Amino acid sequence: MIPAAFDYQRASSAAEAISLVGQYGDEAKFLAGGHSLLPLMKLRLAQPAMLIDIGRIKDLSYIKDGGDFIAIGALTRHMDVEKSALVLKEVPLLAHAAGCVGDAQVRHRGTIGGSLAHADSASDLPATTLALGATYVAQGPNGERLIAAADFYKGFLESALKPDEMLTEIRVPKMNGAKWGFEKFNRRAQDWAIVGVAAWRSKDASGVALVNMGSTPILATSVSEALKSGASVGDASEMAATEAEPQDDLNASSEYRVHLAKVLVRRALEKASA
Amino acid sequence: MKVSITVNGTIQEKDVEPRTLLAHFLRDHLQLTGTNIGCDTSSCGACTVHLDGEAIKSCTVLAVQADGGSVTTIEGLTKDGVMHPMQQAFMENHGLQCGYCTPGMVMASIGLLNENPNPTEEEVRLGLEGNLCRCTGYHNIVKSVLAAAKK
Repeated sequence: MIPAAFDYQRASSAAEAISLVGQYGDEAKFLAGGHSLLPLMKLRLAQPAMLIDIGRIKDLSYIKDGGDFIAIGALTRHMDVEKSALVLKEVPLLAHAAGCVGDAQVRHRGTIGGSLAHADSASDLPATTLALGATYVAQGPNGERLIAAADFYKGFLESALKPDEMLTEIRVPKMNGAKWGFEKFNRRAQDWAIVGVAAWRSKDASGVALVNMGSTPILATSVSEALKSGASVGDASEMAATEAEPQDDLNASSEYRVHLAKVLVRRALEKASA
Repeated sequence: MKVSITVNGTIQEKDVEPRTLLAHFLRDHLQLTGTNIGCDTSSCGACTVHLDGEAIKSCTVLAVQADGGSVTTIEGLTKDGVMHPMQQAFMENHGLQCGYCTPGMVMASIGLLNENPNPTEEEVRLGLEGNLCRCTGYHNIVKSVLAAAKK
């Protein structure tokens, strides 16, 4: 399968990329690692007339200690997030989830910013960063703005990014030793989750988010509220699908997804409470 | 667009359409047909090659993205007629049946050992999750990789 023809430009900085996308408008798409976009283009589900290759912008690939958060450059590859000593220490849930994306070959090329900007509710990292209360940094022609993960996902493959904005950094609060669980239910090792759960829990707070339980990643606030008011893990897990609007598809019915969400939230929280 | 990609140690300068996939660049422009295309949807790993030392799926990378980089394919492993230890291990342990997944399996396995020289059996199985063998010959593939790790 070969993508439809397109024009191709390379950007050497975020500013140049934003200026190029301003020039070409809706016809242009950013190309980072290409592991969300190129498969869609090969299936002709996406046919951008212009690809702006941001994959060579070296200064957007980094992992830094930002004080109470870890700052990750948008072009940092999944493999680098997975193996980073800093991420493993401060945000181990994110390191683990990054290691569950696709397979090794995919993780060598795919980037955290690309995955989040693609805004696929079936991907692991949108829900994981949502559970962790991350903030995304978007750069546009008029400078930067911060977008909370909770405000970022607007619909199926739709984010709060404006056409001339680019994701440049992901800020993930340190977990400060909170325990966590990550559950991914699928039929083949490298597949997207049929349902997935990212969860963490500290003495007085928790965060639970669901993968592939609706058109966006879902923050399961009812579960966290139940835990806060003293509910057991088993009882809180029964609330798992309260915020979700799971779809029927070839892999699972909506009812089955609700069942899976309850079971997987319980398992993830059991790990996070051990 | 002009690209310059070092393939198996030789600089290859070609004029390609931006939409040319690296797998097609290797197979159709350079006639290096050892790299197979299986699923064509980034799942099966038959098209695995190394780009700048790392295993990648060449059906999901554009040739223009590899511009300036260094690619190693299955054809680049043999040195002076001597097989790479991983190829040798696949041969000795019957790590292939029909052979279609083999070039990708070998390239992914070398990539795996580069990152984890002494993997456990479980780590080999997990590390090769991006490569499918439709003959289901995984047992001997894993055996081959573990044997190569000991060499």
